[in-house]
Amino acid sequence: MTVTEMAEKLGWEVLVEGEGACREIQTVYCCDLLSFVMGRAPADSAWVTVMGNANAMAVALLADVACVVLAEGAALDAEAAVKAKQHQIAVVSSQGLAVYPSAKAVAEVCGL
Amino acid sequence: MSQKPEWTQALFSQALDTRKDSPPGQVYYDLHIHSCLSPCGDNDMTVNNILNMCLLKGLDLIALTDHNSCKNCPALLSAASEAPITVLPGMELTTSEEVHVVCLFPALPQAMAFDQYVHDHLPKIQNVPHIFGEQWILDSEDEPVGQEELLLLNASTISISHLPALMGEFEGICWPAHIDRSSYSLLSNLGGIPPECGFRGLEVACPETFFAEGRHEELKRDYTILTNSDAHDLGKLSEREHWLPLSSPDFRGLAELLG
Repeated sequence: MTVTEMAEKLGWEVLVEGEGACREIQTVYCCDLLSFVMGRAPADSAWVTVMGNANAMAVALLADVACVVLAEGAALDAEAAVKAKQHQIAVVSSQGLAVYPSAKAVAEVCGL
Repeated sequence: MSQKPEWTQALFSQALDTRKDSPPGQVYYDLHIHSCLSPCGDNDMTVNNILNMCLLKGLDLIALTDHNSCKNCPALLSAASEAPITVLPGMELTTSEEVHVVCLFPALPQAMAFDQYVHDHLPKIQNVPHIFGEQWILDSEDEPVGQEELLLLNASTISISHLPALMGEFEGICWPAHIDRSSYSLLSNLGGIPPECGFRGLEVACPETFFAEGRHEELKRDYTILTNSDAHDLGKLSEREHWLPLSSPDFRGLAELLG
């Protein structure tokens, strides 16, 4: 399932769309320590995190995740939004859901 | 003093003139500044641009604190050797908890020894300049002499609880950076101030908001609060606005307060 379809089905807001929104989600990954994410997040995963800063977007690009899911109502800061748009990284908000229910919802709706 | 260009002499005179009316012991500072060595630092943040801008601002005491590296400190200290400003070598360390801590040192030998120690405790992940930004090492004339190859944005494997011992070993002082930010900060990542760290100073990026309506009064009471620019571009460097009561405008004075 693509990022756009996932967000639509769950009623979640797509904060940054770009080409990244057409990517297929293959798995879900949860972590907030960027130095861990960098080496461990699987490519094509929906990365569930509370990190909405520019470095997180750079790490998403490097790890080649399908999208960033901001959980717990975490905000995407202005600099991060610019970076995400620039690199076509899709960013979705799980509308205040905590990390576990966010990850579970993505997994269920994508049939993972 | 060697012969300096006329504009440099004018800049030095202006810097001295700016501070002539300030009471002694009132030291205006900016102790958290990034150069073009930090991947997120603007390429205009060369050592001479930083130095000259800080002289224009009339600052007394500054420190260069790139992410996990001191490798532009030799160039800045050399460029500033005759300037009427004190420049301290330092680093903004990323601990294993992804907390940013500003570490300052009395002189280059201690700073560069710490630089090597931190370099040895960074994950062996190479920088990707088009994603994270370039990491330029300069000489004292602002000429690039190389790029740091390891990604400096990463967390080191050094825990925050290990810092008191490390500062003892490298003769440095440290404080948690921008504790009021939502990322890379002590309060956001750890939820409080670990007493075993023995911090005496805290950096607050926006004291007007953080201390508004009597909030966090206990921190103001128990710690020295610093507000630095954390500048990544020239426009963000501090004005002559924040000062500390120091017995001398140098590392020794600062260490009495924060060490």
